[in-house]
Amino acid sequence: MATEALGWWGVPLGILAGTLRGSAPFLFVSLGECLTEKSGKINLGLEGTLLMGAMSAYGVAYLSQGALGDFWAPWLGVLAAGLAGMSLGAIHGWLAQQPRVNDVAVGIAMIIFGSGLAFFLGKPFIQPQAPQLFPFQWGAWSSIPAVQSALKVSPLFLIGVAIAPIMQWFFRSTRWGLYIRAVGDSPEAARAMGISIFKVRFLSIMAGSFLAGIGGACLSLYFPGVWTERISSGQGLMAVALVIFARWNPLQCLWASLLFGGAQALGPAFQSVGINAYYYLFNAAPYILTLLIMIITCSPKRTLVGAPGALGKED
Amino acid sequence: MTIAPASAAKFYQWRRPLEAVFLPVAALLVALVIFGVFCTLAGANPLGVYASIYKAAFGSWSAWQNTLIRASPLMLTALCTALPARLGLVIIGNEGALVIGGLAATIAGLTVGASVPPVLGQFTMAIAAIIAGGLWIMLAGALRHYRGVNETISSLLLNYIAIALINHLVEGPMRDAEFVTKPSSAELNEALWMGTLPGSRIHYGLVYGLIACVIAYVLIQRTTFGFAARTAGGNIRAARVAGLPVGKLTLAICFLGGSCAGLAGMVEVAAVQKRINESLVSNYGYAGILVAFVSRHNPLATILVAVLLGGILASGGILQRSHDLPDATVLVFQGIVFLCVLFSDSLYGRLPWFQEKPVA
Repeated sequence: MATEALGWWGVPLGILAGTLRGSAPFLFVSLGECLTEKSGKINLGLEGTLLMGAMSAYGVAYLSQGALGDFWAPWLGVLAAGLAGMSLGAIHGWLAQQPRVNDVAVGIAMIIFGSGLAFFLGKPFIQPQAPQLFPFQWGAWSSIPAVQSALKVSPLFLIGVAIAPIMQWFFRSTRWGLYIRAVGDSPEAARAMGISIFKVRFLSIMAGSFLAGIGGACLSLYFPGVWTERISSGQGLMAVALVIFARWNPLQCLWASLLFGGAQALGPAFQSVGINAYYYLFNAAPYILTLLIMIITCSPKRTLVGAPGALGKED
Repeated sequence: MTIAPASAAKFYQWRRPLEAVFLPVAALLVALVIFGVFCTLAGANPLGVYASIYKAAFGSWSAWQNTLIRASPLMLTALCTALPARLGLVIIGNEGALVIGGLAATIAGLTVGASVPPVLGQFTMAIAAIIAGGLWIMLAGALRHYRGVNETISSLLLNYIAIALINHLVEGPMRDAEFVTKPSSAELNEALWMGTLPGSRIHYGLVYGLIACVIAYVLIQRTTFGFAARTAGGNIRAARVAGLPVGKLTLAICFLGGSCAGLAGMVEVAAVQKRINESLVSNYGYAGILVAFVSRHNPLATILVAVLLGGILASGGILQRSHDLPDATVLVFQGIVFLCVLFSDSLYGRLPWFQEKPVA
């Protein structure tokens, strides 16, 4: 049976497929941003980190293909993406903590720097085809190709789904989780406890950027599975809004990412059943959704429930 | 060496303002050095790269013209960040406001066509762009004031929404079926094209940019409105207590900022593109953020920084042709400059030479 024969069932199936394919980058960047913001700093530069991660993953997977084979090369790429993200995170973590330096402004600078570096170094990788991560074929039971392709699941997506509850547990039940929360909520108390605020924030931002870099690997090594300069459609920027929506809670980051992945799939899903007229407007759905969510959930009178106390304040 | 107490005080008075000039210049020089190291690592001769950038940006009258053509939209988009920044708002919706301004100008231009004198037609386009861009950023300001929505994120999201909107319009309702190169609107009537300054290729957008920067400077530094905005930017709670209309100020300054970026869109449409399509999204908005921060949100300094960055942008092609460096080199350079300038911010008041010393 062909896709057309599915008729209108193609729309929900397309959205399901798009959610499984497209939410992984959202998931990784939002978890990374969540970890960063819990320590009391914003990293707006994850868009640059994401691009740098996507490029490093693709480049390393391509270059190591001969030595490691088609299965392991992409995984080395994933690791490279995380490390590349972490290096950018180190710049952000150090600079954003200098006196009188605004972390939002550093984030904007890091978007320019990170994307510039990614495009610069990634130029030779635009043409060649790098080996891709092998997906799990959960749709093998079905004879319908559309169902089979919809139920292909990326291993990185599953790792992300696993990280969300682990991070939840980490914040709630470990010593380091407590340190991060203390630094993010009340730096004075943390200082009194003898915690180095600089060190905790620096490490949180680096770890968060590691995750965001892997988010980039999801883009270039799985879906869409190429390296171009337009590979990211702002997932790194939306991370900040996603974390607000998720109330700085890692498990809710998971649900929010699924929602955004689904919203992103609206345009292509409707296109698959022949509705082209509003393709670009459907593509704007995640941005409009983010804006609406922020309008509904924010209030000028109080700070948001769950927001780290030191977020956005001078220290 | 001893200086008499009275003249010593005067001497140190001179040093403090110097700090505001010295630090950005030093940051630029450090950025140049880091960029040189980067070029060396990439296999290019840094001195050759500097020379090429200088030659392509300021080396000849033709280079100057290229630079100034790029500088004019930068002056306007920079004000979109610089003006709200005086009120303590970080607005980065420049690209979106530019696109919406360009869209409004195109719609206005296609509507009036050649039915009115060209001057009036261009005036209509400019007004449409100013209003549309202004309202677009004012939306971010209103959300900030009434709903407490972070203006940085909302203005950023508005960029994506604006770009999706023009893509939708040029693919559908506004598409010119005869123009096949890429989905675009119909072309503006030739009467509405923006002219060039006598004896040059530079379009009148430069004049718009210069005038806007001067007006913005006077408005911020020399009027009650500007004083109120700067006061509120310094301490919003104190401003409320003092009875300043913080909400109105927020809306007004966001409108003004957005209208400048909108005007940049009109300039790009009327002088360069002549029709609206995706080429309008050409990073002038994001580069404008950089200009605003480097000029420390001072509209007069914006002119200078916009010319500098215009020069750097103009040299993108030559880096590729004669040094085999990708286009993105220019973006890397911008990033390095931005990071260095931000770091230099942390040095204010920390360099002993610029501090007033207690007169013994």
